[in-house]
Amino acid sequence: MENNSPNSVSEKIPFWRDVRVLRVLFQVIFLIGILLLAGILYMNMLRGLRGLGLTLNLDFLNDEAGFGIAEGIAYEPSDTYLRAFWVGVVNTIRVSIIGIACATILGLVVGIARLSSNWLVRNIAAIYVECFRNIPLLLQILFWYTAVILQLPSVRQSFTFFGGVFINQRGVYLPEPQPTSDMNIWLGYLAGGFILGLILYLVRLRKLRQLEQPGFPAKWALPAFLLVAFVGWFLTPGKPFTWELPALRGFNFAGGIYLSPEFSALLVGLVMYTGAFIAEVVRSGIQSVAKGQREAAKAIGLNEFQTLRLIVLPQALRVIAPPLTSQYLNLTKNSSLAVAIGFPDLFNVGNTMMNQTGQSIPIFGMIMMSYLIISLTTSAYMNWYNRRINRIGR
Amino acid sequence: MADLENTTDDSIIVCDDVHKWFDDFHVLKGITTAFKKGEKAVICGPSGSGKSTFIRTINRLEIHQRGRIIVDGIELSDDLRNIDRIRQEVGMVFQQFNLFPHLTVLQNVTLSPIWVKKLAKGEAESEALALLERVGIEEHAHKFPAQISGGQQQRVAIARALAMQPKIMLFDEPTSALDPEMINEVLDVMRELAASGMTMLVVTHEMGFAREVADRIIFMDEGAIVEEAAPDIFFDNPQNERTRLFISQTLQH
Repeated sequence: MENNSPNSVSEKIPFWRDVRVLRVLFQVIFLIGILLLAGILYMNMLRGLRGLGLTLNLDFLNDEAGFGIAEGIAYEPSDTYLRAFWVGVVNTIRVSIIGIACATILGLVVGIARLSSNWLVRNIAAIYVECFRNIPLLLQILFWYTAVILQLPSVRQSFTFFGGVFINQRGVYLPEPQPTSDMNIWLGYLAGGFILGLILYLVRLRKLRQLEQPGFPAKWALPAFLLVAFVGWFLTPGKPFTWELPALRGFNFAGGIYLSPEFSALLVGLVMYTGAFIAEVVRSGIQSVAKGQREAAKAIGLNEFQTLRLIVLPQALRVIAPPLTSQYLNLTKNSSLAVAIGFPDLFNVGNTMMNQTGQSIPIFGMIMMSYLIISLTTSAYMNWYNRRINRIGR
Repeated sequence: MADLENTTDDSIIVCDDVHKWFDDFHVLKGITTAFKKGEKAVICGPSGSGKSTFIRTINRLEIHQRGRIIVDGIELSDDLRNIDRIRQEVGMVFQQFNLFPHLTVLQNVTLSPIWVKKLAKGEAESEALALLERVGIEEHAHKFPAQISGGQQQRVAIARALAMQPKIMLFDEPTSALDPEMINEVLDVMRELAASGMTMLVVTHEMGFAREVADRIIFMDEGAIVEEAAPDIFFDNPQNERTRLFISQTLQH
C-alpha cells in the first residue's frame, strides 16, 4: 500500500535494475573477457615456441651481433645485439626529429601558399599537395633513392653550394662546426647567460602572476641570454669553433657532416610526403578562423603579413595542433620504410637481428615497444603544447 | 563629374555613381552622395538593400567596380598607399564585434597603434586605457573578450576603432547582435561620440537613435538611395511610397 504512494522514493532498488551496480558489473565482465583472451593467446604462443625449441628470454641480447651497420653512433660488429638495436633506435629518432622539423616548415609555407591570392603560387602549392599526398610513400622513397640520389654526379663532379656543401651520388656533405680549445671559455659565458636568463625568467613569471597580466615570460630572459652569448663570443680570445669543410681526399670527401644516400632519400621522402599532409592541416586551420577576424584586422590597418602573424595563425594553431600531432606520429612510424632502401633504422636492424637469432617474438616486442615509447613521448609533448595554447583566451 | 569637384570643399566623403557587383548580382546601382565633416548619417533600409555593402566600400573592405569614392581627399583605388592611409582615417565597428579572442581587451585596443602607428607600448597602453575609460570598460582591460558581455565587447570594439584616431567612424549594424538590455549601453557611447563632433555613418535599425542623433537619414532599397532627408522630414513626411512602407513596418513594433 505504502509503496504505491509517491513519497516512497527510498524503496530498495534490486541490483539488476540499479544503474550504479550494473555499470560496475559490466566493466568487471569486460575486464575478465579481455584477460581470458590475453591468457589464451599467451598460452598459445608458449606452446608454439616450445614446438620450435625456443624460450622467452632476453639473454641473446648480450651475444656478439657480428653484423655491420652502415651508419649511426659508434658501433663495431663485435658489439652486442643490444648495442646494435640501440644504434637503430638512435637512427630512427634522428631521421624523425629532423624530418618533423623540415616537414613542419614545408607544410606551413605550402599551407599558406595554397590560400595565396597569387594564382601561380596557389596552383603550384595545390599541385604539390595533390601529387605527394596521393602517391604511396614507399614508392616515393624508392624514387628519391634510385631515380634521384643514385643518379647524381660522381664524387669528382659533385654539385657544390657556397663552397662548403657538396652533393653527389654518395650522399650529402655539409660543413661541421669544430670546437677549438677556446670553446670552453665561450661555454662558460653561455652557462653564465643561461643562469642569468633563468633568474630573469622566474622574476618575470612571478611579476606577471602578481599583476595577473598575460605576457611572454621569457621576454627578458631570451634577449639577456642572447646578449651574453653574443658579447661572450667577442670576449673569447680565439674563435670558439671553426667550420670544418668537407675536402676531397683520394676518391671521396672527408670531414664535415655526412648524410648517406639512404638517409637523404628517406628524409626527403618523409618530408615531402608528410609536408603535403601538414599543408592541408595548416590550410584547414587558417580557413577555420572566422572571416570577420581578417576584416577587423584590415579595418584597423594591419597589412597582410601582420594579419596572418598576429591574428590568423595564433587562432589557427588551436585547430592545427591536434591533427599536426597525428602527422608527427605518422612520420615517425613511416620511417620504418627505411628497410626498403637499406637505411639501418630501428626496424631494419631489428629485422636483421630476427634473421640471425630466430628470436622473433622478443625482438618484435622490443621494436613495438620502442615505437610506442617514441610516439607516446611525442604525443605527451604535443598534448602539453595543445593545452598551453588553448588556455589563453578561453 | 563637375559636381564632384565642387562638393569636395566642405565634404569629407564623396561618392559618385558607385557601382558594385557580386558576380552577376548588382548590389550597388549608382550611389551618388556626399558627407560633410562632422555629419552624422544613418543609413537604413530592408535587408539586402546594399546598405552594409555601401559603408564597407568606404574603407575598401568591399571594392567598388565603377564610379569614384574620395575620402578626405584620398581617392580609393588599387593604390596600396591610399588603402593604408584610408584604413587609418576610417574606423569601423562590426555587427559581430570581431574582437580578437586570443588577445586581452587592452591588447585588442593597442594592437594597431603598436603595429601600424609604431607607438611605444607604454604610450599605446596609456592611450588605450583612456579610451577604455571613455567607453566605460577600464576595469575589464585585462580580461579576454569571451569573459565580458556582448555590450561590453561592442564598446571595446568602438575603443579599438578609435585607437587609430580616425576622422570617420563607420558602424555596420552595431546593436543588431546584442541582447535588448545591452543595446542602450552601446548607443550611449555612440551618442557621446556624436556629441564630440565625429563624422559618423551608421547602418542601424534603431529608429529612435536615428531620430535623436542623425543629421540626415538615407533610405536605401535594391542597391540605390531612394530617399534622403533630415530626421523630422524623413519620419513625419516621407516622400516615397517605399520609404513610407518601411517606416510604418519598422515603427509598428
